[in-house]
Amino acid sequence: MASSLVPEKIIKEGLPDSILETMVPQAEVQRVIKPAPPRYRNEIAKYIIRRSADCKLCGKCAEICPQGVHVLKPGYKYFAAPHQNVCIGPACKDTGHYCVDLCPNKALRMVENPMMKVLGDYRWTPDLILATWKMAETGAPPPPEYGYEYECGNSGGGFDRIRFKFPARPPVELSPDDIDTSLELNRRNDGRPQIKIDVPWYGGGMSYGSVSNVTQLSKASAAVAFNTFTCTGEGGYMERLRPYDDHTITQVATGLFGVREETIQRVRIVEFKYAQGAKPGLGGHLLADKVTPSVARMRETVTGISLFSPFPFHSVYSIEDHKKHMDWIKHINRHALVSAKVSTPSDVDMVAVGSYSAGAHIVHLDGGYGGTGAAPDIAKKNIAMPIEYAIIKVHDFLTREGVRDRITLIASGGLRNAHDIAKAIALGADGVVVGTGELVALGCLRCARCESGRGCPRGIATTDAELQGQYTVEWGSQRIINLYNAWRIELVEILRRFGMRRVSELRGRTDLLMHLDYSNDTEQAR
Amino acid sequence: MPDKYHIKTQPIPPRRPRIGKIGVVDWREDCANCHNCVKKACVFDRYREEMSYIRGLREMDAVFFQCMGCFSCVQQCTKGLLALSANPVYERLGNTYWTPQIIETTWAQAESAKIPVSGAGYRGRFSGLGFDSMWTDMSEIVRPTRDGIHGREYISTAVDIGRKPALLHFDAGNPAGGLPPLVDIPMPMIIDMLPRGYRLPNLLPVIKIVAAQTGVIAIIDSKDWQLAGNDLDQYLPNLAIYLDASAPLPGRELLTGMRLVEISDDGNAERRVRELKQINPGIVVAVRVEMDSGGIERAVEYARQPFVEVLHLVADDNGNEIGEKNPRFIKDMVRSVHNSLVESGLRNEVTLMAGGGIALAEHMAKQILCGADLVTINLPLLIALECTLCRDCNDGQSCPALIGEIDIKYGVGRMTNLIAAWHDQLIEVMGAMGIREVRRLRGEVGRALFFEDLEEATFGKLFGSRKNN
Repeated sequence: MASSLVPEKIIKEGLPDSILETMVPQAEVQRVIKPAPPRYRNEIAKYIIRRSADCKLCGKCAEICPQGVHVLKPGYKYFAAPHQNVCIGPACKDTGHYCVDLCPNKALRMVENPMMKVLGDYRWTPDLILATWKMAETGAPPPPEYGYEYECGNSGGGFDRIRFKFPARPPVELSPDDIDTSLELNRRNDGRPQIKIDVPWYGGGMSYGSVSNVTQLSKASAAVAFNTFTCTGEGGYMERLRPYDDHTITQVATGLFGVREETIQRVRIVEFKYAQGAKPGLGGHLLADKVTPSVARMRETVTGISLFSPFPFHSVYSIEDHKKHMDWIKHINRHALVSAKVSTPSDVDMVAVGSYSAGAHIVHLDGGYGGTGAAPDIAKKNIAMPIEYAIIKVHDFLTREGVRDRITLIASGGLRNAHDIAKAIALGADGVVVGTGELVALGCLRCARCESGRGCPRGIATTDAELQGQYTVEWGSQRIINLYNAWRIELVEILRRFGMRRVSELRGRTDLLMHLDYSNDTEQAR
Repeated sequence: MPDKYHIKTQPIPPRRPRIGKIGVVDWREDCANCHNCVKKACVFDRYREEMSYIRGLREMDAVFFQCMGCFSCVQQCTKGLLALSANPVYERLGNTYWTPQIIETTWAQAESAKIPVSGAGYRGRFSGLGFDSMWTDMSEIVRPTRDGIHGREYISTAVDIGRKPALLHFDAGNPAGGLPPLVDIPMPMIIDMLPRGYRLPNLLPVIKIVAAQTGVIAIIDSKDWQLAGNDLDQYLPNLAIYLDASAPLPGRELLTGMRLVEISDDGNAERRVRELKQINPGIVVAVRVEMDSGGIERAVEYARQPFVEVLHLVADDNGNEIGEKNPRFIKDMVRSVHNSLVESGLRNEVTLMAGGGIALAEHMAKQILCGADLVTINLPLLIALECTLCRDCNDGQSCPALIGEIDIKYGVGRMTNLIAAWHDQLIEVMGAMGIREVRRLRGEVGRALFFEDLEEATFGKLFGSRKNN
């Protein structure tokens, strides 16, 4: 498509190579995996051990347990609170260390924690939350003996009913080190930078106001470690993120909070947020309680007044307007890639092609069940289609239009783990955006109280001075780094079992999937 | 600017102890009485509220269940004495169709009149039965108002009930034979009669005021008419009397004051309509068609009759075909009727009202997308009064929620709040769809996404045929 701008190449030749280096030295974060233990005193465990009055305090259980569940400190007569969360549960029976059987006084009893019934929901099952916590703690997939069923949720459809058809043995034996999980984001060949991220995902947009400063910085820091991106959301771009500029996507959303030429010039990717999966067609919501003085300052609004972003962009009512919009950004920052984040209406395929013709490098589909800091329940449940359908439709349509390899298709909206990521890619996405998973790593358990009052009681999605001090950036970034690492290990394992050297080989390989509710007897399914 | 439709609301707290989803189990005997008690740190201040709640208790069976489920106290207690538990009372609310979640959100809306808003993504099943097997669409670009949420006052929710002729004939500049009467109400909702067992005697005086205040119409069974109270004159435009086969023709005064009347679909419908129109030619008559196994055929047949202008299609309380083992759902039945009328070019000859199983605001929007002009509701208004659908009243026992003792202000306030919240939510989804008036939402399946269609177009292509359907 002919561009109204001066060809990129000409501009690029006229500029020094160092143009992408910003004034502020960029943060360096090493991809080091180290334990990041949970931050609460009492961790929630799937199985708990109950000690009865028959206990004679002999200390045998503490002696035999390799996990260190029972704590009898030297010099103390009584047991301290047990570390329930490291107990592997009934799987322990076969290990010869099963304290319940070995207790001389039969004083111990193991039960499934009754609190599992109130933890999580259909999409994020208790097992999935606990497994994500374990990954964020250790940096590796949870050992099988924990018995977490975390590869799927329990929603009864979509990803939760799709499985991989792994071959009995890989067609090619590969070592994990041979497998490349990187993703190329610019496929337009338009002279703009070829940005490559090391993992096929980046962090979702969460604004300052919806989440805390600490949360944003933790996400940014993890993005640096994995050479990927985080996103500012629509609440402005704080100065404290300057050292992370090279790994930050700044969002231009309909509220245009804190959007300036300088903020657009700081980054390598700019994202237009047309719509959000949790509240498609409605515009961002930040309820009054959460518009604290600092948030109001950042957004240049009034403290304590709810902020409902308009919908849509008042300047965009056609693909031509959309292109004008993109050109505007491309003109201000001549080295940025542009992403269009759209929701999943029935004509999502047309929207995607339209975005391509308007000049987007990335089209980002945010499915109907996406995450949010605040959205009307009626919108979250009912508006627009789940992402699983949208990926298939868009991938197919872009392919038929002959532009599939010139645009990067990113999916989001309910992708919870490495298996969801791999399934999304196999259905046709190039990569994904993750959001809730990162927050769960930081200790979120989806109590869904982020929207009002002082915000998140667990200190993640809040700007309340007291609440947001519950954890540090150092801990937060380590948790997310660990989670990313665990996901990467799992993704590599999936690719290894298929004998694939690159994650890009998995894209669109629906023949490797099966759906539990279908006959799976189509030609391509065989 | 013309007056905009607006429902005045004010918060009306519940009379009864709140029933939340989660409660705290507290093993006090091992408490260390430490100075940094997590109970003081509860972000929602629930423990302090609990104390004052207990002090004010009048019944000993009432338990405090208002925990928000953040687990902070559970995880921070020095001795690990706290645990959360699912509230068994909550889990027993309602039934499989009117789920505890539906009842809880109805209560919240009846209290605050606000659209329920929460954080985190959707928590429920991927899809489900009935209304859960469809989604409403959104439009990335086409907007009703160019102002998103700020332009919502420009979205019209008004509907006209009656016949809309496809063609007008003029006689000396005026429509020949006059125009058929139309009843216009400001939102696509009519208050239907409560199911028999739930008709507590003190509800009608409340319902008539609610109908008048919100501008909608309440249908009242002629058998219960006496219960609606005196001074009915001013309420007549917002009331519709229901006449079953045995009901005598109401008096002239009543009929001339009313805009809408409903009759049963017995064999005498035509004669009834004639009689009613004789007394008040401006009245609109709806025929109530119970959606049993022959419901769709009867409805379509009625629509062909020139004397029928409004059909009220009613499924059972759960939206199911009446008396069937494998019932069809109301949205699908209405869709069949709608499609059949569209095909035969008769759609605008009748207005379709659909009721039964409309439990949430989203159901109103979805039912209209499936072809109804408007919906009729009943049980949600009862739930607004803190009914739990325990059905004790159906068995002649006294109501545990003491609905028989409510005062007018409480009853009117709660029901009005609920209707206001539904109205706002309807606007919310219409705004997202880019539809500016609810008349154009009717049967607009281009703005709806159906589970079966999407599955077939995506997974069906990839994975073959779907099992068990």
